[in-house]
Amino acid sequence: MFEAIAFYLFAFLTIVMFYITVTTSQALYALSALAAGMIFISAFFFILGADFLGAVQIVVYSGAVMALYAFGMMFFDTTRDVKEKKGNKYLITGLATLAAILVVVIVSAPLIGENISAYYPMTEGAGNTQEIGMVLFTKYLVPFELAAVMLLVAMISGIVLAGKKMDLSLTLMSDREIIEMREEKNKKVLL
Amino acid sequence: MMEIGLNHYLILSTILFSIGLIGVMRRKNLLMLFFATEILLNSVNISFAAISHYYGDLTGQMFAFFVIAIAASEVAVGLGLLIVWHKRHNEIDLDLMSTMKG
Repeated sequence: MFEAIAFYLFAFLTIVMFYITVTTSQALYALSALAAGMIFISAFFFILGADFLGAVQIVVYSGAVMALYAFGMMFFDTTRDVKEKKGNKYLITGLATLAAILVVVIVSAPLIGENISAYYPMTEGAGNTQEIGMVLFTKYLVPFELAAVMLLVAMISGIVLAGKKMDLSLTLMSDREIIEMREEKNKKVLL
Repeated sequence: MMEIGLNHYLILSTILFSIGLIGVMRRKNLLMLFFATEILLNSVNISFAAISHYYGDLTGQMFAFFVIAIAASEVAVGLGLLIVWHKRHNEIDLDLMSTMKG
């Protein structure tokens, strides 16, 4: 009973939030609606008994990823309205729905086709976090390490890409230096 | 209606995935495109967690963790590239990126 109420409530909220994210022309609205949607999605994980996944969803998505987006948006001009592609609206909606149904069919086909049995069944008497620890550090140890290396590579590339000319400060430079820098930049763009 | 089954979660995942795909198709601003990608990844995570729960198997949750890790690194690299592009062109519209030559 309560599960059904919670499911429908959070389903409605998530769909509304993501719809706002997709349709709004203000970048800041899109960002806040996306963050809210992420938090509502973690509610589904808690309903499904995946407590650790829900906590990770809140920490990583609503915390780290959203903070990164908010930080990145300081570089961009977010006050002006976002322009959008003018396409056939019905075609886009139809194609999107078709593709999504196709994905679900692909995922659920093996489930319907045969009786699958659990590969790594849940352990009796262990909490969700304990179970995840047991599976993650035995069966999925190599992918876990690879994910760690991938995150390290992503971090270094992010620093290298975004950190260029970060040592220059416009407030500490004189006007002349700023103008020279602008001209140099314009030359580069024209090349 | 009152009993929530696997199909409910799969249908919800479909709806969210369609919303994300609509976003990917109609957005021109690259930052908004990234937001739509996050929606796609999250909708898939829901179905992973639901299948994991209804079949008593932890593999779905493991996949969801790796999807989250990939999404985090994608954001880091993508935003870095976006900042470089914005510094150079003062625009992050997709239509400008029609040539491969930097």
